[in-house]
Amino acid sequence: MASQEVLREEPSRGSFINDPKVRGIFFQAVVVILLVAGVWWIVHNVIENLQRLHIASGFSFLKNRAGFDIPVRPIAYTSDSTYGDAIIVGLINTIIVALAGIVTATIIGFVVGIGRLSRNWLIRKICTVYVEVFRNIPPLLVIFFWYSGVLAVLPAPRDSFNLPFGSFLNQRGFYFPRAIWGEGSWLIFVALLVGIAMAWFVARTARQRQMATGQQFPVLWTSLALIVGLPLLAYALAGFPLSFDFPKQSTFNLTGGFQIGPEFLSLYLALSFYTAAFIAEIVRAGILGVSKGQTEAAGALGLRPGSILRLVVVPQAMRIVIPPLTSQYLNLTKNSSLAIAIGYPDLTAIAGTVLNQTGQAVEGVLIMMVVYLIISLVTSAVMNVVNARMALVER
Amino acid sequence: MKHIAIGILGAAALGWMASSASATTLGDVKAKGFIQCGVSTGLAGFSAPDDKGDWKGIDADFCRAVAAAVFGDGTKVKFTPLSAKERFTALQSGEIDILSRNTTWTINRDTALGLNFIGVTYYDGQGFMINAKKLPGVNSALQLSGAAVCVQSGTTTELNLADYFKANKMEYNPVVFEKLEEVNAAYDAGRCDVYTTDQSGLYGIRLTLSAPADHVVLPEIISKEPLGPAVRQGDDQWYHIVKWTYFALLQAEELGITQANVEELKTSDNPEIKRVLGQEAETKIGTDLGVSNDWVVNIVKAVGNYGEMFERNVGTGSPLKIARGINALWTKGGLQYAPPIR
Repeated sequence: MASQEVLREEPSRGSFINDPKVRGIFFQAVVVILLVAGVWWIVHNVIENLQRLHIASGFSFLKNRAGFDIPVRPIAYTSDSTYGDAIIVGLINTIIVALAGIVTATIIGFVVGIGRLSRNWLIRKICTVYVEVFRNIPPLLVIFFWYSGVLAVLPAPRDSFNLPFGSFLNQRGFYFPRAIWGEGSWLIFVALLVGIAMAWFVARTARQRQMATGQQFPVLWTSLALIVGLPLLAYALAGFPLSFDFPKQSTFNLTGGFQIGPEFLSLYLALSFYTAAFIAEIVRAGILGVSKGQTEAAGALGLRPGSILRLVVVPQAMRIVIPPLTSQYLNLTKNSSLAIAIGYPDLTAIAGTVLNQTGQAVEGVLIMMVVYLIISLVTSAVMNVVNARMALVER
Repeated sequence: MKHIAIGILGAAALGWMASSASATTLGDVKAKGFIQCGVSTGLAGFSAPDDKGDWKGIDADFCRAVAAAVFGDGTKVKFTPLSAKERFTALQSGEIDILSRNTTWTINRDTALGLNFIGVTYYDGQGFMINAKKLPGVNSALQLSGAAVCVQSGTTTELNLADYFKANKMEYNPVVFEKLEEVNAAYDAGRCDVYTTDQSGLYGIRLTLSAPADHVVLPEIISKEPLGPAVRQGDDQWYHIVKWTYFALLQAEELGITQANVEELKTSDNPEIKRVLGQEAETKIGTDLGVSNDWVVNIVKAVGNYGEMFERNVGTGSPLKIARGINALWTKGGLQYAPPIR
């Protein structure tokens, strides 16, 4: 068609119409005009139809009183809060479950991925079965598996499983003591921050010293001592300000303490286990992508197998792993919208309720789309930064 | 080449615009040959499929009544099961012609949502159900502080629940699901202590639980829930047809016209019965409405009068055994009242 004709033309000769540059601009302009016209028509049509059907529109409803309660509230929220607050609660719930899921899925994924390459037959086969099972089941079923299959068969609140440290497990969720920070506990947090900063400093100095002299320093143990020891010391100095609120049996439920509902648990476990299967395959591909010569050369230099994996193979594998890993993180975040099936109040569930209470479907769906887009773009941006730091630096 | 392509695009765009302009609902319904009726995903007594897949219940029968008025045939209905969240969008977008889905009439839905409720086919109120075996000491909703309460999202129930517990200074943990079946399953599995929805719904849901006898409905009614069918705003003709179908059902009961005697009563001497059944000479009541003059005959033949519909689906003829109560006719101390058909 047009492009082939252009290829046969002699450049910038003949009539104006046959000039490839002009043609290019013309077709691009046509596409842009059609696109703008299409979008304008859709928007215009929607507005006109909404007016014709006497349906309220606009975003002012976000300031109205919501009137409904939300089971999981990471920030202060009551039925007197606004629809806008409700959507923010949903957004935070989505972010919490996505972050928790991403961390857990990454850990399980790396363990299983490396396990699939283990020399131990049993470990290798277990990891293969794990990947094949979870990769080939739709995520919604995995969520139902955890919600109905595992958590719902737990005992009723009256006959909860008693776990150590005053925690309980029953079909209403997992209850554990909530820490109450007394006076002077700010000292503990300061000590923790100082500990982390000092550990980082020690690690840097040790690395520099190893670069310069080749001498090693027990960084891990020193860091642990700093990060755990300093806050403990501060705790003692402040006069043991920490007390606990233990969950207790009441008429209906366990009250007090900190509760993690079965909806969050099953969604979190399902997303982690499901995505971990994909991450495991990505990790395996990444490790196999590092040429065998690297391992052999490292071995010839006298490094032990653990050090070969940590210092030679994994850093190179990361370059192959990170780009597809980003896609998995995005998938996990978007799959969290399946929460609606088990009643976890994530963004989709809350925005859906708001949409239904106000009847403003177009605005509700638009908010959901924009928010998910922003979450995904931010995730991508962060992963791009990580990728850039991991990338091979050419000298 | 490109001229042809642009021509095709232009024609497609024009065609698209032409198809988006809509005729009247009555015209659309007659053209497609059936009424698309939005119902619940399964609430016994109101709209639920039986073992043969036929939709049963007051809400389903109401759509059959409208089909009988329009087509003279109560079977010309197709049902669309909708969750609470989907229902208004389905009606607004024109996917369904009538929303007959145990939906509470509120001012917000009548105005901001662009709907028109046609009347109240069932006067209901919100109640609570608990498992009396697990919670033997509880016999009032005021003892429910601290309970986990199962509720369907996006309903007036959810809002009343928040208001009630706040007004009585009680705490509760909401357990919220989108679909009725999910709420039922969660309550049955013991995920929550209390189930709250319209009281008629509680009786229906109790029958579907694994041990119905263990569950009791608490006496408190915490809200007004006038349930009725709704249509889109901006089409008065369709609104009138649906509204007067409802009034015709009431009028038929008031005049003692039943499924069994409607043919016989066509020759009645009573002028009011003759008028309602379209047997008056030169009558224009039906045609003015946009349907045939024997529309009431068709309605009663298809589903009976309001009383018959009630008893068959939720009353003595059903497993629910709900008394008429405030849903009786005004002549019998209830609230059901129809303006005169004349």
